[in-house]
Amino acid sequence: MGYVAVTGGQEAIQASIQLLKEYRSKGERPVGLQVLRDRMGLLIDRIMSEAGLYAPDYAALALKQCEGSPEEAVFLLRAYRSTLPRNYTSRTVSGDQMHIRRRISSAFKDIPGGQILGPTYDYVHRLLDFGLLEETEGELRQWRQEFEAGLPASPEGELPDTAPRVLDLLRAEGLIEQVEEDHSQPCDVTMEKLPLPAPRSAILQTLTRADTGFVSGLAYSDIRGFGMSHPTIGELRYGSLEIEVDYPLDEDAAWYVGDIFVTEVEGLMGTRAGGEGIGVGYGCVIGRNDTKAIAMSVLDHALTLQIDSPTSDMEFVLLHGDCLEMNGFISHLKLPHYVTFQSKLDSLRKRKRRLEDEQGN
Amino acid sequence: MSKETKRGDYNFAFLDEGSKREIRRAVLHAIAVPGYQVPFGSRELPIGRGWGTGGIQLTMSLIGPDDTLKVIDQGNDDSVNAVSIKRLICDTTGVETTTDTARADIIQSRHRIPEEPLREDQVLVLQVPTPEPLRSVDPHEEITRQLHADGEYTGIWVNLFEQLLTRGSPFRGADHPVLVDGRYVMNPSPIPRYDNPKLHQSQCLYLFGAGREKKIYAVPPHTDVVSLAFEDYPFQQEDLSGRKCRLCGAENVYFDEIFDAGTGERYYQCSDTGYCLKRRSAQASQEKGEGTYE
Amino acid sequence: MNERTPVMEGRHITVRFGPGCPYCQEHTDLEKGRCPVCHTIWGVRDVSFQLYPGEILGIVGESGSGKSTLLKTLYFDQPATSGEATLTMYQNGKANILEASSQQRRYLRNHLMGMVYQNPMLGLRMNISSGANIAEKLIAAGSRNAGRMIDRSSRLLEHVEIPVERLRDQPRVFSGGMQQRVQISKAIANNPPILLLDEVTTGLDLSVQAKVLDLIRTIQQELGIAMMIVSHDLSVIRMMSDRTMVMLGGRVVEEGLTDQILEDPLHAYTQTLVSSLL
Repeated sequence: MGYVAVTGGQEAIQASIQLLKEYRSKGERPVGLQVLRDRMGLLIDRIMSEAGLYAPDYAALALKQCEGSPEEAVFLLRAYRSTLPRNYTSRTVSGDQMHIRRRISSAFKDIPGGQILGPTYDYVHRLLDFGLLEETEGELRQWRQEFEAGLPASPEGELPDTAPRVLDLLRAEGLIEQVEEDHSQPCDVTMEKLPLPAPRSAILQTLTRADTGFVSGLAYSDIRGFGMSHPTIGELRYGSLEIEVDYPLDEDAAWYVGDIFVTEVEGLMGTRAGGEGIGVGYGCVIGRNDTKAIAMSVLDHALTLQIDSPTSDMEFVLLHGDCLEMNGFISHLKLPHYVTFQSKLDSLRKRKRRLEDEQGN
Repeated sequence: MSKETKRGDYNFAFLDEGSKREIRRAVLHAIAVPGYQVPFGSRELPIGRGWGTGGIQLTMSLIGPDDTLKVIDQGNDDSVNAVSIKRLICDTTGVETTTDTARADIIQSRHRIPEEPLREDQVLVLQVPTPEPLRSVDPHEEITRQLHADGEYTGIWVNLFEQLLTRGSPFRGADHPVLVDGRYVMNPSPIPRYDNPKLHQSQCLYLFGAGREKKIYAVPPHTDVVSLAFEDYPFQQEDLSGRKCRLCGAENVYFDEIFDAGTGERYYQCSDTGYCLKRRSAQASQEKGEGTYE
Repeated sequence: MNERTPVMEGRHITVRFGPGCPYCQEHTDLEKGRCPVCHTIWGVRDVSFQLYPGEILGIVGESGSGKSTLLKTLYFDQPATSGEATLTMYQNGKANILEASSQQRRYLRNHLMGMVYQNPMLGLRMNISSGANIAEKLIAAGSRNAGRMIDRSSRLLEHVEIPVERLRDQPRVFSGGMQQRVQISKAIANNPPILLLDEVTTGLDLSVQAKVLDLIRTIQQELGIAMMIVSHDLSVIRMMSDRTMVMLGGRVVEEGLTDQILEDPLHAYTQTLVSSLL
């Protein structure tokens, strides 16, 4: 077969879309959005984080629509968000105000407020649970009732809702690197091209939206030996933050618009050459995703170092981790390139002819 | 906006009006400084990054309800990606489409410039995968921006010289760089060298959109565009001599090379399918004596 | 010789790494140029010099004495903290090139100065041919004639005794001595009046060293280029330079005719250096 242009493009696409629908709707039972949202929480979190859009219901819809492909789901959410006007900017919110569900520090055995494991796979033995093969809704309901009955009557009494930051202890002792506070208007990477060199606000936004695998892989390369970070988790916390916007008629009043769940990390990175105090890397991502938040804190710190490491090369780190951009450009290789290829063939043939002529002489 | 869009859920031409205005501002900037890559806040679209999102954003921000649109990929109106882009634009605007270059107000294209000369009331939007001609010289945007500012293009010339020295020709297969208005070196997008001269002193406006790389640039009408070449190796287009379109008989156009799997024979067809179709229908009506083909 | 106008002149050039403090501003004889109070390193401190047409000026000193930093500053690889440098052939010697814009720097580097680094990777692009490496200088100076550039790079390679057949080979496949010779041919491609050489023979075998130094000598005599040669090796300086500056801790501690310095060193450091040579 020669490389012939696809014709009848319209029909081909239509047929392909029909086939996709057939693939998506395999089996007998439709997927309920509620089930996706409630039972695939970590996947939903990851998609919202990479999409940079906090919308659990739409994330579930996107997943349903694309056979559960995270990259396609991120794509759908991003494209949807392009159609929405920006009416408000939320007020600044600090991790200090987090309603904590999980909070750990690997730098200290005990921390004020206590270590709270919360829901984590960290200490689960990763054995396939074949019991789940036969799990019925009835059994599950019964289990939940027993679980809830076993909870303390007043959870607030048992565990603190908010807690002071672990790093504040070290800060009070003057052990943390001094950094000047920056109150300038943050850059918005969704509204302008990433300025280079990128200000910290743009770095953090880019990292928090980056592909989980990319961020994790780069951070791994850094700590494995291609970079200079030797991180200790000063504090990792997961919980909800209240989001507020200004009330337009009264400067001092605010509208509460909802809660978002985030994972926040402050990584202790050791003292930099010629510096004083422990360097800090910061990570904060939508949803429950410890690895991505930690990896982000590693990269945030690595990008401040003037060393010859891939993770300290700002353009290398910031320009190649966007889920849409990487998947889009790789998949575009499937498009026809026969005009450019034709031109390549042309020069190859010419060169071959010339070589043959030269040899002939 | 008199015409109704098919998808009431979305704004006319998908993007919100603020975004479209912002993109048009970048376009004005690009026209004012020919060949200069204007950074812009590239929006995410339902179509993949690298699949023409720069071009689509340009088209979406420029198109009006009464405009007529033509979309081609490799010169072909019926290529899958062209069809897909056309459908997105039509579904959100309801505009009329055409395969006839002469009838189109906006032509969005990937890898080709149509054969028929474009007029001053037409805009050609080219999709760009790699806008930075200095990317092979340095991978860092900060450096290449400085090089552009200084007009320092030694690195590009060295690469062309190296190619001449080691491979015998200083010309790139496609996307051969051009000097625009005597100031900026620019990638013309991966069009064949055959199309490069059409950029020079043209009647129409050329716009270039790179969605993933978030850049827009332009060649306004009546602008000097010179393909880079050494004094003693004048710029050369692809060798198309002795070729003829199997369908319409055209010569001296850019061809697709087609193999007949059955006979093993190789033949040529116009790469510009709209042009080919127009010639053939003119020939048919001439045979019937219904009109003349100019 | 001193009656003539210098081709290049440096005045009070200082390159400082760190903020400086009252202590080190006052004390000029810091050990290794390092301030014990604020840890600022004075890489080059208040250095003045003249380079005359057609002469070879040697700069000798131990590692960290500031000699390479001075050269890199003159070639804009390292920004100066203060001081000035002028070229007679550039704006009548009235412009301080240390404050030149990036475009002016390119002009100076492409037309008036050449640099040969100790590490050939700094002066050459290892993944393109030697021919294109040399042509880079010609292109930067405005040439757009490919044939003439191929001729010129071939002749330059011959000049440094590399067979013309190697024109299309990449320098990464060359030996260290050959890489230095390609670097030299690239540096002199545009006949600059000034050539800067930074430890160009360090790390080469002795026999190769001698050949490269011979070549530099020959080029200097044929083309009359004024050269500044930096080396930690006094024997290289003795063989090559007409006049010599001795640097220590970022400062020039002694300067004069090379023969004079070798025969009658005044500064204690120079005396140690000379005695070690014998």
